[in-house]
Amino acid sequence: MSLATPTTKIALRLNLSRDDLLMRGGLVVLAGVLLLIVGLPLWALLAKGFQDRDGQFVGLANYISYFSTPALFNSALNSFHVAAVCTAIVVPLSFLYAYALTRTCLPAKWLFQGISLIPIFAPSLLPGLALIYLFGNQGFFKGLIGGSIYGFDGIVIAQVFYCFPHATMIMVTALATADARLYEAADALGASKIRVFFTVTLPGAKYGLISAALVVFTLVITDFGIAKVIGGNFNVLATDVYKQVIGQQNFSMGAVVGMVLLVPAALAFVVDRLVQRKQVALLTARAVPLIPKPKFGRDLFFTAFCALVSAGILVILGMAAWGSLIKYWPYNLSLTLANYAFANFDANGWESYFNSLRMAAGTAIVGTALMFVGAWLNEKTRGFGAVRAVVQLLAFLPMAVPGIVLGLGYIFFFNALNNPLNFLYATMAILVINTVAHFYTVGHLTATTALKQIDPEFESVSASLKVPIWKTFGRVTTPICLPSILDIAIYLFVNAMTTVSSVIFLYAPDTKLASVAAVNIEEAGTTAAAAALCLVIVVTSAAVKALHLLADRFLLGRLQAWRRR
Amino acid sequence: MTNYLEVRDLSKRFGDFTALGNVSLDVAEGEFVCFLGPSGCGKTTLLRAIAGLDPQTSGTIRQKGRDVSGLPPAQRDFGIVFQSYALFPNLTVADNVGYGLVSRRQARGAIAKRVEELLAMVGLPDSGPKYPAQLSGGQQQRVALARALATSPGLLLLDEPLSALDARVRLRLRHEIKALQRRLGVTTIMVTHDQEEALTMADRIVVMNHGAIEQVGSPQEIYRRPATAFVADFVGSMNFLGGTLETPERVKIGGLTFACPAQDGLAVGTKVRLSIRPEDVRVRDLPADVANRVPVEVAELDFVGAFCRAGLKVRTDGDVALVADFSSNLIRDLGVEIGSRLDVALPPDRVRVYAA
Repeated sequence: MSLATPTTKIALRLNLSRDDLLMRGGLVVLAGVLLLIVGLPLWALLAKGFQDRDGQFVGLANYISYFSTPALFNSALNSFHVAAVCTAIVVPLSFLYAYALTRTCLPAKWLFQGISLIPIFAPSLLPGLALIYLFGNQGFFKGLIGGSIYGFDGIVIAQVFYCFPHATMIMVTALATADARLYEAADALGASKIRVFFTVTLPGAKYGLISAALVVFTLVITDFGIAKVIGGNFNVLATDVYKQVIGQQNFSMGAVVGMVLLVPAALAFVVDRLVQRKQVALLTARAVPLIPKPKFGRDLFFTAFCALVSAGILVILGMAAWGSLIKYWPYNLSLTLANYAFANFDANGWESYFNSLRMAAGTAIVGTALMFVGAWLNEKTRGFGAVRAVVQLLAFLPMAVPGIVLGLGYIFFFNALNNPLNFLYATMAILVINTVAHFYTVGHLTATTALKQIDPEFESVSASLKVPIWKTFGRVTTPICLPSILDIAIYLFVNAMTTVSSVIFLYAPDTKLASVAAVNIEEAGTTAAAAALCLVIVVTSAAVKALHLLADRFLLGRLQAWRRR
Repeated sequence: MTNYLEVRDLSKRFGDFTALGNVSLDVAEGEFVCFLGPSGCGKTTLLRAIAGLDPQTSGTIRQKGRDVSGLPPAQRDFGIVFQSYALFPNLTVADNVGYGLVSRRQARGAIAKRVEELLAMVGLPDSGPKYPAQLSGGQQQRVALARALATSPGLLLLDEPLSALDARVRLRLRHEIKALQRRLGVTTIMVTHDQEEALTMADRIVVMNHGAIEQVGSPQEIYRRPATAFVADFVGSMNFLGGTLETPERVKIGGLTFACPAQDGLAVGTKVRLSIRPEDVRVRDLPADVANRVPVEVAELDFVGAFCRAGLKVRTDGDVALVADFSSNLIRDLGVEIGSRLDVALPPDRVRVYAA
């Protein structure tokens, strides 16, 4: 080995390959797109809160008048109250349900799991409608409850239905990953069942519990449909935004309420991210999966519990279905399909349903492509840290933003006369764009997780073999991630079908969506037709999900023979 | 021999942490070089810098006379094999091996023929239509090797290629890779933390620690004449006895003095560590005037299989202890057991001295 003569140190100049340039360019475009569909609308909303009705800057005047108007400020307290109560109910409920699914010998597990997911396929106003049938002014069981179902009680019951699957899914994930060896060790040390539960089970599910609580809290506080349908005179933040904007055309005050609504949602999101970060090291690849053994008493108790909860879900869904088929509640209970002739209740008739289908399909296609390619660019681009950080931030932002707040931001940003993009306003395109933005985070996270699971050296190998990176993306990365890509597409489709909150500000007469039409029909007083429309949405989303499961099983099995050993 | 690869003053920093500090190294054409060191020593960082996968912070790399310091991996000339194999799971073995050939716009027949050749070369002639998941770990690593060699690169980089395999397969692949490398004459750099692997496979070993090169040399040099106490300790087993340099050729340890090779680099009176390998401790047929004779008592005796590792306590100075390897024959012939008293000698030409 020869000793080199000392050379003066010069900072290294890196040459960029064509791949590097291509990916950096793509990343810049992505950052621009996210800025347009997430960043700037939120900025517009923030700015609007400091302006009066004529667009003059007024500083904190709107905020001062908000906090000094008890009627407005009260809804904030109401929102917190409802969210806290719902969280306290849903988290234990979903914990027990998930415990039954993962840690006991529950019969027909797949059925109970399936039933627990049903609410996901429904617009949030569906449980509200069902409750009106059951306990409303003309409800079957009106006598059973002391007061009126309209208000606090109704919102809580409907929210529990609506949030239950989200919390249960998180709890199932948290409880499914138990290490059997921990339980064996506890048994060998002679710990009692109660002690094992409090020292092994609960700590293992700790992060899941926190995450579920935060998700439920955020869902409740940001949901619009339920409070709208069954809230009565009980005002919450989400309905206040709607009333200020649609009812009173007071956009500035709407923006202020939106900002107030943003705070708890964003806070919950930040806490959740911090908690998630801690969880990483908890699981080791060498953990031995826990397989529950039959135990009569426990299994009986949990079967009864799950049956009860499932019955509750099915009653609410069934009530909405039955109500939609009844001629004139509660006086003429004979069955009819008349409520499905939507043209009699809403000018758009069935067209709003087809609009929803078009919008959901568009969102699934455009959104999945953007989210997957975007996540890939962000994961695989060499260097370029600053732009990647910006993309990461903008991709995470939508999760912290309530739909109704994002929708409001869209009005302010895209409806501005000086915005060259305002031709998009009141088109189908803006509904798709808004929905993609609204649900961007989950898709981005799913794609990122899938990409992180494949060998990071694939790109190194391709580079050493002089194969362009986009070729490897098409030939290797995408086929491997196909199941996750399908997951994202289905997630987007179902959410686009059911969403109400952000699109309620953005539709035009000819682009009205089914979920929005349901709100309008209900507002006009025809509960049966609204329930019918909700049901059509449920059936569509559930059918698409069922198709997805079938495709996963058979189509992917054939296309992806390489997964088999 | 000409230098195929010249690394000059290579540094890699992550914030305040220096992963590589001013590393310089030459590799001759056709040579098999191993980077050896504990995890975190910078060996993989150096390999990835040479490949351009994680570029260095400063310093230059020349490959075949061409400055490649700032070039992206795609513009450098190398094939690479990873510990994880990094085989594309959705492509057949044949498609994996031919992956780099397809983009070179060769005729389909020519590609198929070359793939066949490569698979035969790594001993998997009939595995073309299979998917990687259907192969064993050792077979997958051979496919990865065939894929890396498919485009006939001038430089083959192996990043812990055998670490994920079980012991028996590892042993066999060691020989196969070495034989293949010799046959093709391709310049090869392998990263490993397994000293045995490095000693058996490499033409030259680069021992690294804390982001710097400790020693470069042939396996024999590294083992027989470790340049630093770190190398002595990391490669093979080694006794270290703390003492003081009395004269350039004598070390005082407790109440004993030992003869050692002349030390020009160390001043008399400095604290030193005297080292000797367990297998170099002599027991049998000691001449009367043998140098460095030490009376010892056997304190421990661990059966290791082919030999026993004995823990010895010096009888005249209970604080000094050393470890020696005794063959089964020796133990039987001399009737060695725990508590046995015997004399051993530390041959001065096998003794090395390092500053403490």
